Amino acid sequence: MNNGALITAENLVKQYPIGGRKFTALNDVNLTVQKGEFLGLVGPSGSGKTTLLNIIGALDYPTSGSAIVIGTDTKELSHRESARLRNEHLGFIFQTYNLLPVYTVFENVEFPLLLLGMDTEDRKKAVMGILDRVGLADRAASRPSQLSGGESQRVAVARAMVKKPKVVLADEPTANLDAENSHNVLQMMAKLNEEFQSTFIFATHDEKVIGYLRRKITLNDGRVAEDIETTPQYN
Amino acid sequence: MLIAKLAFRNLMGAGIRTWLNVFVLSLAFVMIIWVQGFIQGMNKYAMQATIDYEAGGGQFWHKDYDPYDPLTFEDSHAPLSPALAELISRGAATPILVTSGAIFPEGRIQSVVLRGIDPEQQILQLPSAYLSKEDDDVTPALIGAQMAKQTKLRVGDEVTIRWRDVHGTFDANDVRIVQIMNVSAPSVDVGQIWLPLEGLREMLRTPQEASLVVLAEDVSDVPSGNHTWVHRDLNFLLKEITELVRMKSGSSNILYGLLLFMGLLAIFDTQVLAIWRRRKEIGTFMALGMERVKVIGLFTLEGAMHGFLALVVGAIYGIPVLALTFAKGLPMPAMQADFGIALPQSLYPSYGLRLLVGTTLLVLIAVTIVSFLPASKIARLKPTDALRGKTS
Repeated sequence: MNNGALITAENLVKQYPIGGRKFTALNDVNLTVQKGEFLGLVGPSGSGKTTLLNIIGALDYPTSGSAIVIGTDTKELSHRESARLRNEHLGFIFQTYNLLPVYTVFENVEFPLLLLGMDTEDRKKAVMGILDRVGLADRAASRPSQLSGGESQRVAVARAMVKKPKVVLADEPTANLDAENSHNVLQMMAKLNEEFQSTFIFATHDEKVIGYLRRKITLNDGRVAEDIETTPQYN
Repeated sequence: MLIAKLAFRNLMGAGIRTWLNVFVLSLAFVMIIWVQGFIQGMNKYAMQATIDYEAGGGQFWHKDYDPYDPLTFEDSHAPLSPALAELISRGAATPILVTSGAIFPEGRIQSVVLRGIDPEQQILQLPSAYLSKEDDDVTPALIGAQMAKQTKLRVGDEVTIRWRDVHGTFDANDVRIVQIMNVSAPSVDVGQIWLPLEGLREMLRTPQEASLVVLAEDVSDVPSGNHTWVHRDLNFLLKEITELVRMKSGSSNILYGLLLFMGLLAIFDTQVLAIWRRRKEIGTFMALGMERVKVIGLFTLEGAMHGFLALVVGAIYGIPVLALTFAKGLPMPAMQADFGIALPQSLYPSYGLRLLVGTTLLVLIAVTIVSFLPASKIARLKPTDALRGKTS
């Protein structure tokens, strides 16, 4: 185990029952992630990217092995404790944005801060600050249905970043975006990564995303096939 | 507080769907109070009218007296006990003599109950004072409006009555209708002819006797009964009305039960649909760090808030409706006498605190339960499945 690592996966195995058999989604995965990294879990569909992301995000439990996230073994956490870990330290960005449809942009971004119990003034300041950063301050009162795909994903990024989490987990964040919007969103995330020193972990097979990564972990059939440092093609 | 804020935000965001559910539920809420208000009003009126016109503050019955068996009337009378006589002498009770007989209106024969009452009595709210009018030799008689309608008798009409005296001898005489009473208690009206007590005693040859004694409402020193005179308290005397009202309110309960069921079904349906349709939202709540129990609480509260909103919406249109019926009453149909209990021409509802608070709690608790049942399924939902829009 790498001391000081933000995330450590040790001999991680995840199996799902399918019919009467077991499907192994992750098979003896070992990796460490340091603070401030901008890395991607890359691989074809079914390679285990999302499963690994879910375990790191304390949304799922490993069958065996351990995932130590910010000093906590996620397997040992109760539902309540894993919720607290996600609330305090983790941000999520989803392929389909997952914005809350009846909330305004402001309310969507405000949501994680409400769960943190932040007071109204600080909340407002933080929400408007991050919306300003993603260029959507003027859309604060809009509903998700009034936004374009690119705008929606920027709101999702703002929601993930508003509490300045230690880790941001992004599952195929550009899969529903065109090239221009994909680059806009990725540039924004790269910038926020530098500024907030939050660790970004992507699950992706999008070349555009891969072009921004500084580390690429390739998964194949649930195993780490390659773990390399890369030079971002875009800045 | 956070959950309440979010639940309210979600409900408002759901727009027309929320308001449709709220309207249906509010309809059930208002209808329950409206219908129950009338039932309670009817109950209250029937009780009071029976007390005023018939039961008084309780009665003493001759041991053989059975109001449902006119054949017993001829034998169910006796001289008053000293204790009852003392109550009567100080105006705390009034004796009534009852026998069966027949009248011959328009040449037809009709069985009736002849009741002798003291014209001076103040205990029952019957206009018995009219019976003291004895302008000539014809015995004065009082009948109720329903009886007058059935027999087509009017004030001033004379009608022949026939009876059997204490020795079993048939006798007959004419009586004159001196007043037609507007009393809402059918039991003192339909088939009843009221005569002066002393007159009936003479007719039956039963001086100083009575079939029953009606007590005033404020008598505190009620004597105990003896082997001839049996005390019947108000619970006993009003038992029939209580049962009748309970029976009639039972059928009304079915109506409002159905209404409430429809309202609750709408909430349940909305909740079940919400859990299914909003799986991704539930997964997002969990991913953003909301505890599972709080998500359940949020969805339960969203459902329960339909109840709160239904109370508010119900109050907006319900209070004027309830107030109007409270002020104007509800005109009763002409066949009100067939209802079997005392009913006024206009029935006024009675909205007690118990009814209002009870119905409010019933609606809120029922809505919370039907909201919780589907929401509790969230406890078994895996966040990863929910995020993918799957159910676990």
